[in-house]
Amino acid sequence: MTGMVALYIFMLAAFTGYEVISRVPVILHTPLMSGSNFVHGIVLVGAIVALGNSHTTLEKSIGFVGVLLAAGNAMGGYVVTERMLEMFKTSGARKGGSGARAH
Amino acid sequence: MSRDLLIQISYFVTAVLFILGLKRMSSPVTARSGILWAGAGMLVATVFTLAYPGITNYPLIGLAILVGGSLAWWSGKVVAVTNMPQMIALYNGMGGGAAAAIAAVELYRGDTGNYAVTTLAVVGGIIGAVSFSGSAIAFGKLQGLINRSLRFSGQQVINLLLLIATLVVGGMVAAHLNASPTFVTSFFVLALLLGITMTLPIGGADMPVVISLYNALTGLAVGFEGFVLNNAAMIIAGTVVGSAGTLLTQLMAKAMNRSLGNVLFSGFGDTGGTAASGTVSGSLKPIEAADVGVMMAFAQKVIIVPGYGMAVAQAQHKIWELCQLLIDRGVTVKFAIHPVAGRMPGHMNVLLAEAGVPYDLISDLDEINAEFETADVALIIGANDVVNPVARNDKSSPIYGMPILNADKAKNVIVIKRGQGAGFSGIENALFYLDNTRMLYGDAQKAGAELIQSIKAVG
Repeated sequence: MTGMVALYIFMLAAFTGYEVISRVPVILHTPLMSGSNFVHGIVLVGAIVALGNSHTTLEKSIGFVGVLLAAGNAMGGYVVTERMLEMFKTSGARKGGSGARAH
Repeated sequence: MSRDLLIQISYFVTAVLFILGLKRMSSPVTARSGILWAGAGMLVATVFTLAYPGITNYPLIGLAILVGGSLAWWSGKVVAVTNMPQMIALYNGMGGGAAAAIAAVELYRGDTGNYAVTTLAVVGGIIGAVSFSGSAIAFGKLQGLINRSLRFSGQQVINLLLLIATLVVGGMVAAHLNASPTFVTSFFVLALLLGITMTLPIGGADMPVVISLYNALTGLAVGFEGFVLNNAAMIIAGTVVGSAGTLLTQLMAKAMNRSLGNVLFSGFGDTGGTAASGTVSGSLKPIEAADVGVMMAFAQKVIIVPGYGMAVAQAQHKIWELCQLLIDRGVTVKFAIHPVAGRMPGHMNVLLAEAGVPYDLISDLDEINAEFETADVALIIGANDVVNPVARNDKSSPIYGMPILNADKAKNVIVIKRGQGAGFSGIENALFYLDNTRMLYGDAQKAGAELIQSIKAVG
């Protein structure tokens, strides 16, 4: 990828992120922050490549920590986001009253 | 088809799934499927990356994914809804740490052979490391492991010096394509220290903004390391999160009527405790739950203002049960949500959604503020700074200028509160001393149960 193409990707991705979130209602801010937290868990693929190409003990140790942390970011981000959005599903159907009376 | 092309295609699919997933997550109707789409994207990218040419150390990779993934899966499953904000901070910090680790591997190896790539690795390394240690501090503060906001005179000078030192050493690392390991190590130590010292003085009330900022920073760090590894999936996903997170951070800072620089460098919340307490006069007037029950049962309009105290007491179910009793009696009930109530934007909405409160009863600050004047009762449940009238009229207060819910305009204000202490930010609340305010002391869950009893007793 040449430098200019990389710059274009960076610019377009930045606008995409801005546009995607600009129409979000306040009630979804926390789930969306959690969701975007999950999305940057993609650092996992970079950590895998870094560890996969490591040869010295130092590189392997750092790479191992990197993959471990990245897997935590991706998995934790997914579970927490899913749990949050699960709640919106029950009340989102406007049957909130009946759902709550079950408690 | 070559293996490399296949991986590139898988990353393309992942990028599309991520963007569509985030898009779906921005509407309540499709939000639930959004995370599934994004999750599928993550799975595709991870599986195809394992087929990357020249990858070795598979046992180590497998072990790291297994340990990191299962620990995070378990912690994410068992954490209480109220503690989710600090878990987001924690997972976010892990992502920042991973980005810094990628930078570290590349810089210690020193074979990038390109100044632009080394510079990007250094920049991503700083941001990732700051996000890692800063998020860890934010987690510690929200979890109650770190109680005090550490402040001393000259702190900002030290932070500035630390920032300059990090940049200088980072610049030296970037300028030598093959920097010595000592340099690289001291660079990362400095960056980690910077994250700690930057976050320690920031008061609790500002933590949501800080977590959101670190979320955006981690995204940026991931994007930069994506350039280093020439990995399109990381570049796109990281940059999208970086810009989306920056916008969200700005929205939150704006809701508090403060600039981001102000949040980061003013040491909010610590000076307030003593400075503002002198401006409040009058006494706290307690009330019994039975009296509040009668007051609400015969009211026409009740506005509920939930805050972190409701989250701590897990009182959302009891409160909704209480509201349903009132609605059955013909009382108009509304929930007023301040943008920064709780520990994150929308934190209260998540809790109320959990309890099953329908969306149309929940109003934002702009929608509800004019309605307080017509409300018979404003019921404040563990909220504090977001209803403090000093934000309107006391120029010396650290929260002066922050938009607040005008709960003091209601005919009666009932405050459910655990004790007589100041709020999370340490500022004395003038609302509690007003003539039309009564204090109902106790845990929000217990108080909610008592109120339900007393309303049922009214019949």
